[in-house]
Amino acid sequence: MSDLLQFLASGVTVGAVYALVALGFTIIYNASDVVNFAQGEFVMLGGMISVAGVAAGLPLPLAALIAIVATAAIGVALNTFAIEPARGAPVVSLIIITIGASIFIRGVTQIVLDKGTHRLPSFSGDAPFHVLGATVLPQSLWVVAGAVAIFVALWLFFTRTLTGRAVLATSNNRLAAQLVGINTKFVMTLSFALSAAIGALAGVLITPILPTSFEVGISLALKGFAAAMLGGMGNPKGALAGGLLLGLMEALTAGYISSHYKDAVAFFVILAVLFAFPRGLYGSNPTERV
Amino acid sequence: MKRIATGVVALALMATAASADIKIGAIVSETGPASSLGDPEAKTIRMMVEALNAKGGIKGEKAKLVLYDDGGDPSKAKTFATRLVEDDGVVAMVGGTTTGTSLAILAVAEDSKVPFISLAGAIEIIDPVKPYVFKTPHTDRMACLKIFADMKSRGLTRIGLISGTDGFGASMRAQCLAVAKSSGIEIVADETYGPKDADITPQLTNIRNRPGIQAVLNSGFGQGPATITRNYAQLGIALPLYQSHGVASNAFIELSGAKNAEGVRLPGTALLVGELLDPKDPQKPVVLAYKANFEKAAGGAPVSTFGGYAHDAMLILAEAMAKAPSAKPAAIRDAIEATTGLVGTTGAYTYSKTDHLGLDLSAFRMLEISNGGWKLVP
Repeated sequence: MSDLLQFLASGVTVGAVYALVALGFTIIYNASDVVNFAQGEFVMLGGMISVAGVAAGLPLPLAALIAIVATAAIGVALNTFAIEPARGAPVVSLIIITIGASIFIRGVTQIVLDKGTHRLPSFSGDAPFHVLGATVLPQSLWVVAGAVAIFVALWLFFTRTLTGRAVLATSNNRLAAQLVGINTKFVMTLSFALSAAIGALAGVLITPILPTSFEVGISLALKGFAAAMLGGMGNPKGALAGGLLLGLMEALTAGYISSHYKDAVAFFVILAVLFAFPRGLYGSNPTERV
Repeated sequence: MKRIATGVVALALMATAASADIKIGAIVSETGPASSLGDPEAKTIRMMVEALNAKGGIKGEKAKLVLYDDGGDPSKAKTFATRLVEDDGVVAMVGGTTTGTSLAILAVAEDSKVPFISLAGAIEIIDPVKPYVFKTPHTDRMACLKIFADMKSRGLTRIGLISGTDGFGASMRAQCLAVAKSSGIEIVADETYGPKDADITPQLTNIRNRPGIQAVLNSGFGQGPATITRNYAQLGIALPLYQSHGVASNAFIELSGAKNAEGVRLPGTALLVGELLDPKDPQKPVVLAYKANFEKAAGGAPVSTFGGYAHDAMLILAEAMAKAPSAKPAAIRDAIEATTGLVGTTGAYTYSKTDHLGLDLSAFRMLEISNGGWKLVP
């Protein structure tokens, strides 16, 4: 029993990390249908910039705030200098641009910051909680709480605010959105800023658990992307569910079957799900006009 | 007319002097995924060539370094090796930060008969022995043997093995499994983890539950071992934990947290514990001098084992070039193979026709983490 609880605790921790990354994909995807492969780099920047801030003697909350604002600015710059000039290009070209941007950000980070691996101190100490024989680190709760908070905020944003609906409208039909008076250029800028900020916040939350370095973005983006696809791209509910499901599958496979097959089993389940639901568990069904 | 003739002669002399520079080639992964290894290596190699020239060069001739950054990509390493040999005309090569890049470079070195000293760990580089290929780091197998010997001496014979799925972890896992039986160690659990996993408690829980288990060994590199150490403390596992030589650095203690890492043992080189060495230890002056020079040249960056491998390679090469009858690659190769008892930061090197690694187990020191620092295990 305590083993099962430990596996579940591990799965939820890891799953919340994936969910945090997957949530970052949502806004840009909703605004432009672009899967932003630089999203992992935003997470990495959040971690690396806060580490640099803490090393320079700043208190953690201030360093984290600086990291989030700086990363949001980098997100805006990415849109202004790389995505906006290529407007009208097919979505695949835009996705390739984001891959190029991620390589660029990685390169600049290792020159400007450094090549080492770093960890932030845990927010509320390292003493684990004991729950029926299983142990949970307080930072895991921070990560889970962060994922849930961002999920709720995104859900409210897309369903309850005018700006959120403007983002969805821009994605549906850019020209029509412009005709009803939506500033689509602003919507794009906003969506990159918000996605980058969410990524950076995720980076700050997970760096005490998962040490950061200039190259962590790739593997994070890959797992986050898998989680988002599993749950349904563009839907915050899907990102949360997909992340948690992926984390739980990995932990339970490692616990009960064999750690050698951990990744294989997870990806096999993803393939099976996508075979049955090609747009993910909570993916929207597109209605094509004939 | 006479003056012009003198000028021409002077120019010709200068030209020969310039072309007589002895060129040494280096290929390291200064950027890319292995940059935390390649960066200190590149700094060390540059520093050593400068120091060599400041001391008067090789038999009065200046050494010129041609250094390329392969970014961790074996195919780039191969291109650069070909360029070093064919265009730059180097007499010897140093580098190959990772096993992959080393294997790419050594193929070129063997074909063109230019000596190459590798900085990577895998035993395949020098086993079977290739005439022109040498290496300075220990092998994974030696690390396994050293750890198992220490376990035996503490009466720990039933152990759990947990390995990263990356190249380093997989290679060391295979070596440890191969030598366990002959070392009198029984491996009762064999788990793996991804090098970037955020939580490894399920695997550790399973290892802890194995009946009769006495110790745990992690073969891994990078941040995985730090995560393992933190998860180990989180689960409150009381068994002794051993880590590999791949994480022998202060950064590992920092990433794990000093309290979590307390009591962890791992094999490392003398470089890490220079100050703690016995004053009579022949490695002590070498290690302390390199540490001081590197930290000055690198602006305060701490020394790492990897920079130490590069230091030893350059030391061996410089000595061989000083002893070789000519600056021809074949003569330098013969001189490298004749290296005997040369004390570097990693150990004392004695190469022979059948041994291009040149180290024995005495080069590894068993270290224990204590109060956020290192302690030599007697």
